[in-house]
Amino acid sequence: MKNRLKVLRAERDWTQAQLAIELDVSRQTINAIETGKFDPSLPLAFKAARLFGLAIEDIFQDETSS
Amino acid sequence: MNNPATRPNNWATTNKRNTVRLGYWTLAWVATMAVATFGPRYSWDFATVPTILAFLVNLGMGFGMIVANGRYLQGLDELHKKIFLDAGAFTLGVGLVCGLGYELLENIKLISFETEISHLVVLMCLTFLAGMIFGHRRYQ
Repeated sequence: MKNRLKVLRAERDWTQAQLAIELDVSRQTINAIETGKFDPSLPLAFKAARLFGLAIEDIFQDETSS
Repeated sequence: MNNPATRPNNWATTNKRNTVRLGYWTLAWVATMAVATFGPRYSWDFATVPTILAFLVNLGMGFGMIVANGRYLQGLDELHKKIFLDAGAFTLGVGLVCGLGYELLENIKLISFETEISHLVVLMCLTFLAGMIFGHRRYQ
């Protein structure tokens, strides 16, 4: 699954650690999501969407559908 | 929106608290295991009442450790839960296959020494440790 987390984070000038605090997860989890090694759960994806004020599909895209 | 750098990381705080709690329960379990193992032999000459008491206290500490471990697992974030569960599943498989294989080696007389449960425990601990290290490196 592709995602725009790194871009959205950079637009706000946040570090991975700062985003981790916002989403209440570890920095390692943010890094693993950004690098595509780990897909977040639906609740975490919703939380990220709420944080950035976007729809989930604006942040996360299924690679097979594009 | 507040700057996240100025706010505490709830996940990290909870994780640290749960880790310390699990550490205390584990220490208590190991200490009471030592008392239940060596106490009857070196301290009270196998008297029944203190031996049963030491055993029950050790059992209680063991259950406390299990509960603390469950809370620790629940307090992890989703990536760390996955790493923990992958390592646990790997350990269960290795423990089952190697444990029964080890027992079989003795039964069919391919080894001359007596098999010990402690060997299996050490193997499972090392397997879990390797699984955790591998999991953390995988998602770095």
